[in-house]
Amino acid sequence: MSPNLRIAFRFLTAKKRAMLMSLSCTVLGVGLFIVTQATTSGFEEFFVRTLLGTDGAMRIEDRKQSTLQSMEAAGGTGAHILQREGVKYIEGVEEPQLIKDAVRNFANVRGVSAVLRGNVQVTSPFKTEDAQIFGIKLDEHRLVSELERKITTPGGLGKFLESTSAVLMGRVLADRLQLSVNDSISVSARGETRRYHVAGIYESGSRDIDKTRIYLDLGEARSLLRRPTGATFVQISLHEPNRARQDAAHMEDVLGHSVRPWQEREKEWLSVFRALRVSSAITVTVFTLIASLAMFNTLAMIVLEKTKDIAILRSMGYERRDITQIFLWQAAIVLAIGALLGGLFGATVTWGVSMVPLPINTLFKTQTFIVSWSVWHYVQAIATAVVMVMVASLVPARRAARLEPGDIVRGTAQ
Amino acid sequence: MSTVVPPASAPRVGDLALRCNGLQRYLGHGEGRVHVLKGVSFEARRGQVYAIVGPSGCGKSTLLYLLGLLDQPDGGEIEINGQPMSNSDDFARTAARGAHIGFVFQFHFLMLEFTALENVMMPMRKLGRLTPAEMEARARSLLDSVGLGAKTHRLGTQLSGGEQQRVAVARALANQPSIILADEPTGNLDVKNSALVFDLLTRLAKDNGQAVILVTHNPEIAQRCDVTRPMRDGLFV
Ligand SMILES: Nc1ncnc2c1ncn2[C@@H]1O[C@H](COP(=O)(O)OP(=O)(O)OP(=O)(O)O)[C@@H](O)[C@H]1O
Ligand SMILES: [Mg+2]
Repeated sequence: MSPNLRIAFRFLTAKKRAMLMSLSCTVLGVGLFIVTQATTSGFEEFFVRTLLGTDGAMRIEDRKQSTLQSMEAAGGTGAHILQREGVKYIEGVEEPQLIKDAVRNFANVRGVSAVLRGNVQVTSPFKTEDAQIFGIKLDEHRLVSELERKITTPGGLGKFLESTSAVLMGRVLADRLQLSVNDSISVSARGETRRYHVAGIYESGSRDIDKTRIYLDLGEARSLLRRPTGATFVQISLHEPNRARQDAAHMEDVLGHSVRPWQEREKEWLSVFRALRVSSAITVTVFTLIASLAMFNTLAMIVLEKTKDIAILRSMGYERRDITQIFLWQAAIVLAIGALLGGLFGATVTWGVSMVPLPINTLFKTQTFIVSWSVWHYVQAIATAVVMVMVASLVPARRAARLEPGDIVRGTAQ
Repeated sequence: MSTVVPPASAPRVGDLALRCNGLQRYLGHGEGRVHVLKGVSFEARRGQVYAIVGPSGCGKSTLLYLLGLLDQPDGGEIEINGQPMSNSDDFARTAARGAHIGFVFQFHFLMLEFTALENVMMPMRKLGRLTPAEMEARARSLLDSVGLGAKTHRLGTQLSGGEQQRVAVARALANQPSIILADEPTGNLDVKNSALVFDLLTRLAKDNGQAVILVTHNPEIAQRCDVTRPMRDGLFV
């Protein structure tokens, strides 16, 4: 052990109260930082996971229309023409197979699924509800959603694959219609009514989805909705969902269709979460500042109490930088122990919070408070503590080093 | 930072260890400013024991701090082993303190959180000339020679005032400094221990060729020193 570290250690252990004070500041600071991060990002991450699991990382909708073509389209086909930000769009994807083939060439793409959507009315023996048919090819759609995992009824997707008259229904809609697996329903669209049976009931986590969507085989949906070609949108899942924006922009250029990444699709909710994050960041910052102020105070006090020892050390040949080091070592020791205990404290509280009952059933579905476990929260908390403690200790340590031994022994040091 | 302090080796009795010339020191500020040292000149040779005596408040401690490089004069020169020190930077003065000077303070002597042994080893650890085992052996023998061989592991807080003072004397000798400055090293001691400490310092001066400068109010001790310098009102008389 270097002499300076040895002295620092002894100074600290001799001043137990000051040491505990600064230690608890660090432990609280680090712990609170971690807990705040874990609780703030927990809900957001869960929400993002829920929405990625149902609606995928991005959707390709609406073909972009060049000006010349738009004249033609307006005259001929009767397709809907939309206008956004000066660009005209034709609603829907006319050539889903071409689009799917092109999209598969992007490295980040995990799965692609064409979806045909249409408004219907569903009737059970009990009542009638409005709903939306989502026509999918299950083997494709499995790759772009977590539909499989969200089926809550026994047998999973098995029954859906057995017959084209099988549908998957959301939990909320099924409850409203008082339906369970194997029950029959009639679905009406464009004046036509067909009979299907419930093959499975899913809970996506989002109430809005669970009360409207009915999944049906794509072929059957085409026939029911009388749309032999085309798709409403193409849903895409990504290996790296966070790169969705860049990939979407790139695809939009290449494919000539509007491509909406999940960040844009869920803008409103994401901005709510962002506001939440900012507000907790403010809390953490304020607390960190208070903690480091307390730390500064304690260290400054230790220096004041140790001026005589400083004079003795200096008289024996210890240099100014030794004195600085001795006090920085004290801060470093407090920091090391504080970071360790703070990490444990943060983890314990995070775990405790995750046990708090908090049923939510709207944006996403949970029974308890959702926390996020990430090693980065710990790294960030400790890094912040390192910076704060070093800043807080540097001033007292340098002040200690500047003291003149002569002034100290005469009692005129300030 | 460039001043290299020569090692205290090859001491020759009679060599000039310390010299100061026309030292001036003011203390306090504004109205309270006091001219404490009014041009003090002094020389100390190896192997000699010097006593500085004088009434309380005449400036003895102030002079000793200057000679020990713990304080800086407002005028005059100090030379340690031939090296001018008055204009040197903090780094050079600190190095000279560690290598050449052993200082015994008039009050508060020890680092109280440390044991007697650790206190004596403290300057050796900084200088780093000895191995840890040698340091400990030397510290033990020094404590033995001030009559504290049995209390090496007592904390500073567990020692009496006189015991602390003797540990401080042992510590001042740790690095075999060529100059020992002691501000009333026997102030708190009984007759027996005063004699012990004084004899130790005298023996070191004679055997190792160290220059010993001590401040004392004890006329008996002053009388047994090689040179006695009476001081009054910031000047030697
Ligand atoms: N900070 C200060 N401001 C003004 N005057 C001071 C200050 N410190 C000390 N003095 C004065 O300097 C003078 C010399 O003090 P010093 O401590 O050197 O005396 P001393 O000879 O060691 O006395 P003693 O024998 O009591 O230890 C005293 O008169 C004291 O009042
Ligand atoms: Mg004095």
